[in-house]
Amino acid sequence: MTTTSHEATPGVRASRARRGLAPVPFLAPGMIFLIVFMAIPVGLLAFYTFFKRGRFGGLVFEFTLDNWVKLTEPLYLGVIAQSIGMALVVTLLALALGYPMAYAIAGLSPKWRTVALIAVVLPFWTNFLVRTYAWILLLNNAGLVNQALQGLGIIDDPISMLYTPQAIAIGLLYMYLPLMVLPLYASLQQLDPSLREAATNLGANPWRAFRTVTLPLSLPGALTGCVFVFVPAMSNFVIPELIGGGKTIMVGNLVRDQFFEARDWPFGATLALLLTIILVLVIVLQSAVSRRVTEGGRRG
Amino acid sequence: MADPITRPRRRFRGILVPLWLGYVFLYLPILVVVIMSFNDSENLFVWRGFSLRWYPEVFADGALMQGLGNTLVVATGATAIATVLGTLLAYGIQHYTRGGFVRAFAIAPAILPDLLLGIGLLTLFALLGITLGLHSVILAHAVFATAFVTAIVLARMASIDPSLEEASRDLGAGPVRTFLKVTLPQLAPGIVAGALLAFTLSLDEFVIAFFTTAPTQPTLPIVIYSMVRFGVTPEVNALATLLLFVSVVTVIAAQRLTRLTGSSK
Repeated sequence: MTTTSHEATPGVRASRARRGLAPVPFLAPGMIFLIVFMAIPVGLLAFYTFFKRGRFGGLVFEFTLDNWVKLTEPLYLGVIAQSIGMALVVTLLALALGYPMAYAIAGLSPKWRTVALIAVVLPFWTNFLVRTYAWILLLNNAGLVNQALQGLGIIDDPISMLYTPQAIAIGLLYMYLPLMVLPLYASLQQLDPSLREAATNLGANPWRAFRTVTLPLSLPGALTGCVFVFVPAMSNFVIPELIGGGKTIMVGNLVRDQFFEARDWPFGATLALLLTIILVLVIVLQSAVSRRVTEGGRRG
Repeated sequence: MADPITRPRRRFRGILVPLWLGYVFLYLPILVVVIMSFNDSENLFVWRGFSLRWYPEVFADGALMQGLGNTLVVATGATAIATVLGTLLAYGIQHYTRGGFVRAFAIAPAILPDLLLGIGLLTLFALLGITLGLHSVILAHAVFATAFVTAIVLARMASIDPSLEEASRDLGAGPVRTFLKVTLPQLAPGIVAGALLAFTLSLDEFVIAFFTTAPTQPTLPIVIYSMVRFGVTPEVNALATLLLFVSVVTVIAAQRLTRLTGSSK
């Protein structure tokens, strides 16, 4: 063994290891795996968007821009707008419900904070389809919500709540609310309570102290939460199908249909890629706004 | 003005109202499913009396049991692949990369829309002529699971004292030996937590499995999806309750484990 020379110059050894083959056994297996099963599949989809569909599914190797042009048809523009609108409504509802929740949790004692947080996250760890199914049970014409409303004499005949856009919004809100509460809590919990006390001591009423101190400082957390909710809400196709009864079509449903029913894989890939581009733009926007807010806060 | 001691307490209570409302929203649907799983009636919406009759039916349902078996095979396979690849990646990223590219690449599958990954893999498998089945779902699940294991092991690695590794190298152990003898034992709690997360995520995953499995080899979420889609039976309530129970136990176990790893440093 050549230990003696290395012992004398550990620094040289370390830097040589950095440049040599030492990283290969650690990085190569995972990187190759992810290149083959993530990068190539996504690249393949991007490639497919520029080719024609085969008559029985598959691909004809003939270059075309038709798939991208097809997106501008009113039918598809409508679906895209509808998906963005739905995701936006769900995100705002989650913010309205999640902010007071996170705020209340941040004000608890450390022991209760943990319990309260686990209680928020626990539903998120229960099976996604089970939670979707629970809302079918609740919103059905004979379901608990209608039974309760009828029992209270508020309505005479059951209202059809299932299979409406509102039901989809409730289902999506239910699904992703924990993703709003967590980042909000993380940013609210870091707030120094003495800042708010200082504002109050200087004569600001609680609302003003909240608006000028707490709110701006919790904005990065709120933005992260909004992205966490918006992204999965927009690409979800199971809730629109099961709770929405397939009446409200979202981009995810279209993608699914292109792959399993219409057998137009190139157009399905185009829709999925458009969806991803929109989501990436949302994330880029969020980080830009977030950076600006933190910098503005530091300057002010 | 109000007494300074009672004032914050009153504000404190008012602030809890939205929190409780939030919990009602989060737990009422789950509670209804659990209660109705003990309902004697065939009718999903009318309570007729307490009964355990739906639970044996879950275990007698061949399709459900096949789905459960498939899900366990997939989750075990995907977790095994992801744990090895993710741990190696995290170590490699921490020690041999500067800049964030490799890190971002390794964690990307956790952020990528599942829909995109699902149809991308379906397209790849179709192009290569690979028949779909449990093996294709295992590979597909290993992709996002690797990202989660990498992220968690990286986080654990940040809390490890680098001087131990340096000491090992200075004493003449090579990088592989240092990794196996010094780093790995310290990383163990992080690796276990990552594997547990990967396993749980795979158990519940629907969208990617939906696109990458054969219709003859459905995982449990796919079986539930078809059950819910083509008419619900009270059996689903019992199944849902059992799954809830498993999730709760897993989350509490994971929480204990993270607390242990957090305190042991």
